Order: sequence, then structure tokens, then C-alpha cells
Amino acid sequence: MPVLWIFLAVLGLGLIAYFAGRSRALGTAGGDTRQLHSLPSYYGWHGFMLTVVPALLVLAAWLLIAPSIIESRAASTIPDSAIAERGSRSLVMAEVRRAGEAIDMAVEQGKMDAGLAANLRADFTDVTARLKETGAIITSTVTQPVLRAAQEYRVMSKRSGLFMSVAVLGLAIVGFAFAVMRTHKDFRARNVVEQGIKVILILASTIAILTTVGIVLSMLFETGHFFDKYPWQSFFFGTTWAPDFRGNSELGMLPLLWGTLYISLVALLVAVPVGLFAAIYLSEYAGPKLRAVAKPMIEVLAGIPTIVYGLFALITVGPLVRDWIAQPIGLGNSTNSVMTAGVVMGIMLIPFVSSLSDDIINAVPQAMRDGSYGLGATQSETIKQVVLPAALPGIVGAILLAASRAIGETMIVVMGAGAAAAQMSDGLGAIINPFQAMTTVTVKIVSQLTGDTDFASPETLVAFALGLTLFVITLGLNVLALYIVRKYREQYE
Amino acid sequence: MTDAIAQTPDEPRRVDVGSLMAHDERTRRRNRAERRFQLYGLTAIGVGLLALVVLLVSILSQGLPAFQQTFITLDVHLDATKLDKNGTRDIEEIKKVSTFGYAPLIKAAAEAKMEELGINPEEFGVTGKDAQAMISKEAAAQLRRFVIANPDRIGDTVEFEFLANGRIDGYYKGRVTMESAERDSNVSPGQLQLADALKQGGALSKHFNWSFITAADASENRPEAAGIGVAIIGSLYMMIVVLCLALPIGVAASIYLEEFAPTNWFTDLIEVNISNLAAVPSIVFGILGLAIFINYAGLPQSAPIVGGLVLTLMTLPTIIISTRASLKSVPPSIRDAALGVGASKMQSVFHHVLPLAMPGILTGTIIGLAQALGETAPLMLIGMVAFVREFPSAPPEGFFDPASALPVQVYNWTQRADPAFVERASGAIIVLLLFLLCMNMIAIILRRRFERRW
Repeated sequence: MPVLWIFLAVLGLGLIAYFAGRSRALGTAGGDTRQLHSLPSYYGWHGFMLTVVPALLVLAAWLLIAPSIIESRAASTIPDSAIAERGSRSLVMAEVRRAGEAIDMAVEQGKMDAGLAANLRADFTDVTARLKETGAIITSTVTQPVLRAAQEYRVMSKRSGLFMSVAVLGLAIVGFAFAVMRTHKDFRARNVVEQGIKVILILASTIAILTTVGIVLSMLFETGHFFDKYPWQSFFFGTTWAPDFRGNSELGMLPLLWGTLYISLVALLVAVPVGLFAAIYLSEYAGPKLRAVAKPMIEVLAGIPTIVYGLFALITVGPLVRDWIAQPIGLGNSTNSVMTAGVVMGIMLIPFVSSLSDDIINAVPQAMRDGSYGLGATQSETIKQVVLPAALPGIVGAILLAASRAIGETMIVVMGAGAAAAQMSDGLGAIINPFQAMTTVTVKIVSQLTGDTDFASPETLVAFALGLTLFVITLGLNVLALYIVRKYREQYE
Repeated sequence: MTDAIAQTPDEPRRVDVGSLMAHDERTRRRNRAERRFQLYGLTAIGVGLLALVVLLVSILSQGLPAFQQTFITLDVHLDATKLDKNGTRDIEEIKKVSTFGYAPLIKAAAEAKMEELGINPEEFGVTGKDAQAMISKEAAAQLRRFVIANPDRIGDTVEFEFLANGRIDGYYKGRVTMESAERDSNVSPGQLQLADALKQGGALSKHFNWSFITAADASENRPEAAGIGVAIIGSLYMMIVVLCLALPIGVAASIYLEEFAPTNWFTDLIEVNISNLAAVPSIVFGILGLAIFINYAGLPQSAPIVGGLVLTLMTLPTIIISTRASLKSVPPSIRDAALGVGASKMQSVFHHVLPLAMPGILTGTIIGLAQALGETAPLMLIGMVAFVREFPSAPPEGFFDPASALPVQVYNWTQRADPAFVERASGAIIVLLLFLLCMNMIAIILRRRFERRW
């Protein structure tokens, strides 16, 4: 791992720079720390920072950017005819990468000397067989253009690695020299170091923005590809979901969206009454003892990973719902159903609704309750007619947040709701039957993106369009909920 | 109140007061409504607690058997003529004998055992081949590993504990019964009776199975050998990555936002982003990881480093929110005092505020890590569902090796046909929940011990 070594070398240099900077500053002050502008360690940190930070930034940038440049250069050597043979550029490039790795392995194992590796000709020697000998995974015969590109790829990555080491270490040394030369007893080391730290802090806080940008861009980009291959009208308004990897798929989003909303509705029907009543009881009636026990117990439900709920749906709730409800009334005979997923998801959302509502109910000023009691209302009348109306906007916000959580939930629906999309053509009865298996947006994202994926086919790319739709819906709900909650908080502050 | 009077200009309605000791009908109705309302609240709490109890009991009752396993004890004669034909004890020569070469040894040992116990498999209508099938297919591999590790024992007779086949194991856990065995093509009632006979003879026993925790995953038809070792290592590697990235970045970001950031559009943008990221569905982070870390940056699939990066991005908002809360709870007088004795703003933060906020920060970090440990959906998209048999190597190379993760392993097992895997999935969940419990306990203890109320 040369990158690790470069990293360690830079850190080592930084350490030397720390001591060099410190001793130089002390030296110019004649060993008397009172003569220095800053504390001695600041001179050290100044050296360390100038040595390490720029070098590591360049290293990170290089590692991020170089692969795509090398890739595009290597890809440009492949003639279009070779691409047409294989179907797509990305497939050919995967082959190129594999061939490059195989050549590397061959050289490493001593089965091929470096000179030969650079001049291999697919037409003269049986390269494929020789590369397979090394144990590398070569799926098809290595053709001449692929081999050319692979060699180009190898040479370029080697050169890039070399340049990177030189650039990074060089930068570290330059930084080191500059820092040590600048160090002097009157040099304002502390101000410089603190400025530097502040920049690092700012960079750290922009990662949140970068993540959002990354999410949006990565999905927009691939969604664009998808809409090149599949009309957007059929995606957004299509009523049939029937992907077929041989082509001719129908990728209408509506059945998935219906499944998502239906399951979320069932989940909310479970979670909202239970969560809301629990919150009311805990904040208005419960004594400190009950509160101290029940509140954390309910919140434990929020700390349980969703895979546990998924398993619970699969092995306990699913069979229970089928054997005791669905089969006796003849509405379905599958363990996967809207009901199963909805009820289990509802349990997951109980603590979510209850703790948010609890906070909101507690924020209603006591004076309002006292006023109501003073008029002779009972406690429940006060709650129903004073506290709840006052807390209503906040509670609506909490429910919206819970809804957004339900829509984005994955594992419970993957394991509890099933994989078959709602069949709009079977009529209304079939699509509102809660004991039927139904699939959701998140389930389909998982199933289209796991296993063998081909990023050129619309069947895979549709997952990105679904992901973007999901992101937009949940973002909208969250923004709306936060807006309502914030508006409400202001009312009583 | 004037309104009320204005609405009833005629004689005010007389309320039949009655005795002060007895409630009138209306009061009783109101009190009943009050009690009903309280009951609804109690019921809701009861439903929540009941759900928790049912969830835990169901997982525990399904999963606890996974820690026990049925073993068959056999004395295997490591025949030198079969394992080391030339008698050179050359390890390379020994390695050439495949697991097929070991099967006859086990067969011979099994026959010898039954003879010794006076059991004739024919009595139960079990052929020699079927009797052989009662021992896990993993046994030959286990024997081979032993011989390669101890070539000098060739020629000796060594006692081994082999795993019993998943169906035989299921018989002792109540998953397989005589009736279900009738219909099952993989096991016959005769085999179960034979197993009972072996148990009476002391050759078959059920006890704690360490290999469930340490072993790697096993293929579809040998559930008895499947373990969660690789998944634990994979999860551990990911947690290391998350801790090393999310804690420094999260703390740095919170310090900036809480202590230094001016109120302007840029700060607002960051804040809005953080609160939104906290609510983005986790699967969207998986899509991000797939598109950027794997397809664009070219990192390997199923690698803990990619999982760690994705989980870091997911955990950051949690850590930032809790860190900011604990920074905020340090009273301003501390900062003022530091500034008053000549510290710079940066010094006051790093020397005074940060150490005082540390318990809160660590608590938040542990809770964030616990969240990340249980996360499944994003890991499925970055290829962690793959079947991984090899243990990843030691860090740092190990971060780039394929690995599994505990929750994904659970999902993986639930997708397999053999019901024995459901038991193992529940067992893995118990291990996962134990880890989470420990982490949360540490967080609570930290908070109790070190958090200061000002």
C-alpha cells in the first residue's frame, strides 16, 4: 500500500517539522520563552500544519480525480468497433481493468518480465491463457484493443502513482522548509495556527453540504440516463410495474407508490393513536415513577434496528396475520402482506410519535391548563379542549415526520411486504386488500440494485429515479414538518 | 362572561344541585369520560410495552437455540495409507488430498462407532449412505483442516466432535418431528430413531457451539456450520472507520457551528442541510455510496471501507446534533473566565469548553455508532449481501477485503430456504442486540458518571 506509506511519511515529516519549528523559535529567542510572541508549541504546530495539511489535501484530491482521468485516457484508445462488439464502454473498461490487474499479477509472480508485459501482443502470444495461469479472473478472450488499453492503463496508473508520491512528498518538504524559514521569535504563530484550525473546522462543517450535493447529483445524473432510455411520462404515470432484463420492461411508478403510501397509512393508523395517547398519559397523568419506567421502555423501541423488526414481521407477525386473520376470512394466504409490514412499522414508529408529541405537549404553558381547571373542566376535558388544540400544529409536524420515516423505511417492507407490485389492472378490490403482498419504492430500489447490475439498462437505472422520487417526497415532508414545528414553537416562546 | 349572559337573557338555567355528597348524573358522566380517557392512555402504554415484550420474546425464543448445536463424537483413524501415500509427511502432498479423500475415514469411524454401541442402522431402515448423511458435510473439511494443522498425528486415532446434519439438529430443537420427517426428502424417521439410539449411547450430544460466533458463513445446504465470525469482523471494521471519521469531523463541524460561525446564509445552509440529512431515508445513502464510492471512485464492492464511509455520512448528523447540544450546555461563564485571563477564543474552546463537553460528545457518538451498527439497507446496495467465506485480513488491507456485516448477514439468512437459517438469523440478531445493549449501557454510564449539571 504505497498510499499508506506516503501518508505515514508525510506524518513523520510533520512530526519533525513540529520539533524543528519549536526549537528554531526557541533558538531565535535565546531559549527564553518570554521573548516569543506565542507559546513554543504554536511554532511547532505551525510547522506541522504547513507540512501535513497541503500535502494530504493534494493526496486526497489526487486519489479522487486521477482514476477517472486514467480511465478516460485508456478508454480513448479503444476503437469504437471494439465497444460495439461488447455492447457498452463500461463493460469493455471493466475488462480492461481486469486485464491490467492480471498483467500486474503476472509480473508480480515472475511469470512475465516487465519488458514483455509492456509489449505484449494479443495476436502473437496466447495472452489469455497466460493471464489465466496467474489466477486472475479473465472471463473472455483478451483482444488486441483491450490489451492495448490495459497496457496504457497500467503505464498511466504507475506513472500517476509516481507523480503523486513526488508531488505529495515535495509539497510536504516545501511546506516544511517554508514553515521553518518563517519561524522567528516575533512571528505570530498562534494567529496563523488558529486561522488554519478555523479553516479546517469550516471544511468539516461543509461536509454536510457536500453530502447533500453528492446525493442529489449522483441521483440526478443517473436519473437523466434513465430518462434517455425510458420516457418519463411512462415512469411517473405508468400503472404497470413489470421489469424484464431482456428488455421491453414496463416501469410505471404508480403501483410502487401506492404500495408505499398504503403501508405507511396502515403504519400511521397504528402508531399515531398509540403514540399520541401514550404521550398524553405520560405527560399529563403519569406519576414520576411510572414515567421513569415507561418512557425509556417505549424509547427502547426506537433504538432497535429495523432489521430486527423485519425479522419479527417475517417469522412472527406474518404467519400470525395469515393464520388467524387473512385465511379465515379468505382474503389472502401469504405471510407477506400490507398488514404485516404496516403493523410492524407502526410499532417501530410508536416511540417516534410519542416522544415528539411528549415534548410538544410539555411545551404548552401550564397557565393554559390552570385557566381551564379554574373554569371547572376535568383533566381530560382540559386535554381535549385546551392542550391538544394548542399542541395540534406540533403534533401534525410529528406525524408528518413519522410519515416520512415510514415512506423511507426499507428493511421492514423488504422482509414483510413482499416483492410483487400492486396490479392496478386487477381492480380496486385487489389493490386495497390489506392482506395481499404489495411492494414499495424502497423494496424495488434494493431489488434492482443488488445482485448483477448493468448500469446501462433502464431496469437498473430506474432505481436511481425511484431513489430521487423518494428523496424528494421525504425531503418535502421533512421541510414541511420542521416548518410547522418551528412556527408552533415560536408561538409560545 | 358578558357574552354568556347576553345569550341567555331569560331566567338562568337552574342546575339541580342536589346533595353535595352525591354526584349528579352529569358529573358522573364527566367522571366516566375522565376515567375512560385515562384508560385509553394506559392502554396505549400497555400496547407499546407489550409490543416490546412480544418482539424480544419472539426473537429470543427463536434465536437462543442457535447457540446450541448437536454434535456427534467419533474416533477417527487418520489412515496414513490414504492421507499420505508416500509417507513423507510433506505438507504439500497432504494438502493435495481433497475433502473427498477424507469422507471414507469418517464413514469408517461412524460404522465403528455404531458397532461399538451395538446399533445396527438396518434395524431402523437406514442405509449406510443415509447414516453417513447424518453427519454434516462440513465434517470432512474439519478433518482436513485438523490434519493439515497437525500432520504428525497421521496414523493415530483421534476423537472428533463433528456437527450433526441440520435436520438431525433440528430434531433436538423441535423444528423437525417424526411427522415432518415423513414428508421431508432430506431426512427420514429412521435417521431420527438412529440419532436417538446414538444419543443413548453417548455418541450424540447437544452443547454450546462456539463456532456459531467464530465461524464464517456456510453454503445453503449446511446451515449447521454457518457462523457470524466474518460478519462480526466486518461490522467491527466498519465501526472503526465510522469512529475514526465521524467523531473528528462531527466534533469539528459542531465546534465551528456552535462557537465560531457568524449568522449568515452560509451557516443557515449548513444547518438546514444537517437537519435534513438526519431525516433522509438510509437507503438513499446507499445509493450515494454505490454511485460515488463504488462507480465513481472505484472502491471495491462489499468492502468495509465503503460501508464505513456510507455509515459515516449517515451518522454525522446524529453526532453533530448531540455534540452541539453538549457544547451549548457548557455555561458561558467558563468561556468568559478563560477569555478574561487572556486565552484566545480558540484556546478557550479547546482547553475549556471541549473537555467539559466531552462526556456528552462521547455519549452522542456511542449512540450514533449503535445506530450505524444496526443499519442494513445502505449496506445491501454496496454489495455486502454477497456470500463471503473468507475472513478479511488485518487492517489496513482488511478494510478493502470483502466482508459481511451483522445485520446484512441476518437478512441473507432469512432469504435462504432451509428453516435452520431462520434460527441462525435470530441468533445473530441476539448477538447484535447484545452489542447494542452494551453500547447503550456505556453511554448511560458515561452520562451518569461524568455529565455535570451547571
